[in-house]
Amino acid sequence: MNLLNHTPILILALPLLAAFLIPIIGKINKKATGIFATLVLGLSLILTIILAVKILSVGPQIYVFGAKSPLLTLPSSLKFPIRIMFQVDAMGIFMGLITALVSFLGAIYSLAFIDKKDGLDSYYSLLLLLTVSMFGMEFTGDLFNFFVFLEIASMASVSLICYRGTDLGEPVEAGFKYMVVSSIAALMVLFAIGIFYGEYDVLNIAAIASVIKYSQLDKIALGILVSVLAMKAGAVPMHMWTPDAYSEAPAPITMILVAASQASLYAIFRVVFSLYNITLNTLAVGWIIIIFGLLSMFIGVTMAIIQKDIKRLMAYHAISQTGYMLLGVGVGLAVLANPTALQRYGITAMEGGIFHIMNHAMYKGLLFLTAGALFFRTGTRDLNKMGGLAHYMKYTTIFFIIGAAAIAGLPPFNGFASKLLIYESVYKFNPLLSIIAMVVSILTLASFVKVFHSAFLGPKLPQFIEVKEVPRSMVFAMAVLSFIIIFFGLFPDLIVKNLVHPAVMSLIEQFKYTSTVLGGM
Amino acid sequence: MKEMSRIVKIVTNFIYGFIIIFGFYIIAHGHLTPGGGFQGGAVVASAFALLLISYGQMKAKKFLNINIFSLLESCGLTMFIVVAFLGLGTTFFYNFLANSGSWFGNMVIPGINPGDMNTAGVLPLMNIAVGLEVFAGLGIIVLLMADGAEYTKKKENAENDR
Amino acid sequence: MIGNFPYITVIIYIGCGIYILMFQKNLIKLAIGINLIENGINLFLITLGFKKGAVAPIYTQAPSGQSMVLPTPQALTLTSIVIGVATTALILSMAMMIYKHYGSIEVNEVRRLRG
Repeated sequence: MNLLNHTPILILALPLLAAFLIPIIGKINKKATGIFATLVLGLSLILTIILAVKILSVGPQIYVFGAKSPLLTLPSSLKFPIRIMFQVDAMGIFMGLITALVSFLGAIYSLAFIDKKDGLDSYYSLLLLLTVSMFGMEFTGDLFNFFVFLEIASMASVSLICYRGTDLGEPVEAGFKYMVVSSIAALMVLFAIGIFYGEYDVLNIAAIASVIKYSQLDKIALGILVSVLAMKAGAVPMHMWTPDAYSEAPAPITMILVAASQASLYAIFRVVFSLYNITLNTLAVGWIIIIFGLLSMFIGVTMAIIQKDIKRLMAYHAISQTGYMLLGVGVGLAVLANPTALQRYGITAMEGGIFHIMNHAMYKGLLFLTAGALFFRTGTRDLNKMGGLAHYMKYTTIFFIIGAAAIAGLPPFNGFASKLLIYESVYKFNPLLSIIAMVVSILTLASFVKVFHSAFLGPKLPQFIEVKEVPRSMVFAMAVLSFIIIFFGLFPDLIVKNLVHPAVMSLIEQFKYTSTVLGGM
Repeated sequence: MKEMSRIVKIVTNFIYGFIIIFGFYIIAHGHLTPGGGFQGGAVVASAFALLLISYGQMKAKKFLNINIFSLLESCGLTMFIVVAFLGLGTTFFYNFLANSGSWFGNMVIPGINPGDMNTAGVLPLMNIAVGLEVFAGLGIIVLLMADGAEYTKKKENAENDR
Repeated sequence: MIGNFPYITVIIYIGCGIYILMFQKNLIKLAIGINLIENGINLFLITLGFKKGAVAPIYTQAPSGQSMVLPTPQALTLTSIVIGVATTALILSMAMMIYKHYGSIEVNEVRRLRG
């Protein structure tokens, strides 16, 4: 039994088994649940790295459930695949690496952050289920399987947002809003999947991609899917749930929620590029995604400057940075049918957008973790009440400076690398978009200077006299993220050439995606 | 919540055993007739809801214990995933018991047939696991919501008395 | 034209559900609205598999010589119903917790997070 063939499913099945065993372990010893969850997520991270090395050297990897061999996509005498399968190509494993890293660091941070003794086994069980659902959304090659994992993700994340809801009322309100939005989003995704099934009689993404004609029903399905998945990703004008949900969740959960929103963004790209590709009107759909991106960037950052609550401010910045990703990939989509423009600046724009996904997960995660550290020691999230904390929490200050410089796009941190790719290529497409992006970047820097000044600078305040540094596991999680930020900032070329460029080419070349499953038909 | 009248309690005593047996019948025959894990589990959980409504929340808590339900739920879920792992010699979720002659392993006649219970391999085991999990899970939901309703009614009565 | 009747029912269900979500202020009514949308989508999925003059897709003691409707949408609908049960349970539990904290389930009085 060659374990290497079974890696795509082991990455999911081991945390799933652990999530079901944790309530049983929790009846014996409460603290062991956290350590068990962290070990299983570390094992998943190692398996993801092994799978990434294999995919980037050999090619896309398929795993068919319940068949006689993991690669048997077309059972005997059938012309289309009927079993559920996982299809992991370079783009899928790129998102999988982000998910694995973010969940592992979130679990380590939670070991010290969560001090409520009551529902601790439910917390870790739900965290593992959220991780499993994110992996499932990124690895799957079947549309209905994607819907099931989307629903699992929304239910697990709502329960985790309401984790502090036994004492306070605001987390429950935020969770209620998020649940209503997620429900409608998932039901509309199911409606679009129903339209695809009624037309083509298959549910596999590669099988639909090989027979799709851009009929009127397909246009309706495309409109529903793009707008509803953008609602789950937090794009303006559907962003109303994001500030509430991100600010009321516990800090490590917010970091994992950012990665979950990006999994919905990945789903938009998968639907538009691998399912439709050039059958649709790329200029029109590309401009729609660009408009979503522009609105998100601008409205996100202008709403962020006026906030008083530190996590709400960072949540609006998350909306703004999602706009950058939509802008980069939208420009790539708009020139998809035009080979010369694609070679000149389209591929670079998409590389910028997709590299920005990983950079955003890293520095936004770091910023949310520092905000969590401030809340853990001072008990408040209000910027007007904080001040002079740099005297007491030295490590947190350094990590915050690294995160704020990365999000503003200052070299030598990783935000600069992806933003420069976006600025240069979008300028060749339309100069106005690039200028708006640069203005947004300046406003981002302004708002983070405001946060740094209010929270960290200033004289020592008497009510914070016994504030110490945060525990070691939290410092470890923040330090790993800072190291990755600095490493990506100093050597962006390595990452773009080895991880991002194969991901972009696997999105653009739809024929490679379908021929892996259907065998060159 | 208050308990109901004597007629309702007598009828409940007769009938809740039959409802549970009917639910288990639906779970066990999932591979032959309409039904399966979730449907049968929901029927069994409705028997618990019947007990809760007719006896009132205070008395029903004596014979419906949340800790046992929680343990049953975890056991059901673990059994499902372990059975899926056992097929890992070929693929995950592989039906290694079908057409093999051992437990649940008779050969299946394709087409219209009167239905043999001893077929379909791993499917009845997974149906039983899912049924266990669903009735325990829905039982926990119903019991906790009854707790919540009781708490709010006490709060409202305390406020009305003031 | 009469064969389109299930699809018109689907549109009515989803339309009523969206109307309730937009204009009602009670949290329990919002849960009912989500449930209505979900019922509409389940009906849509089952109607996709229909064939004229066919029976239910069960092989055990089936009448011979007749075609059967497509069974795949029925599996999709079953999964959707299970997800709907869990969603409804979660939303109602959250409505109960909001009532416990604030003493009211009208949206205007409960809302504290603004801006």
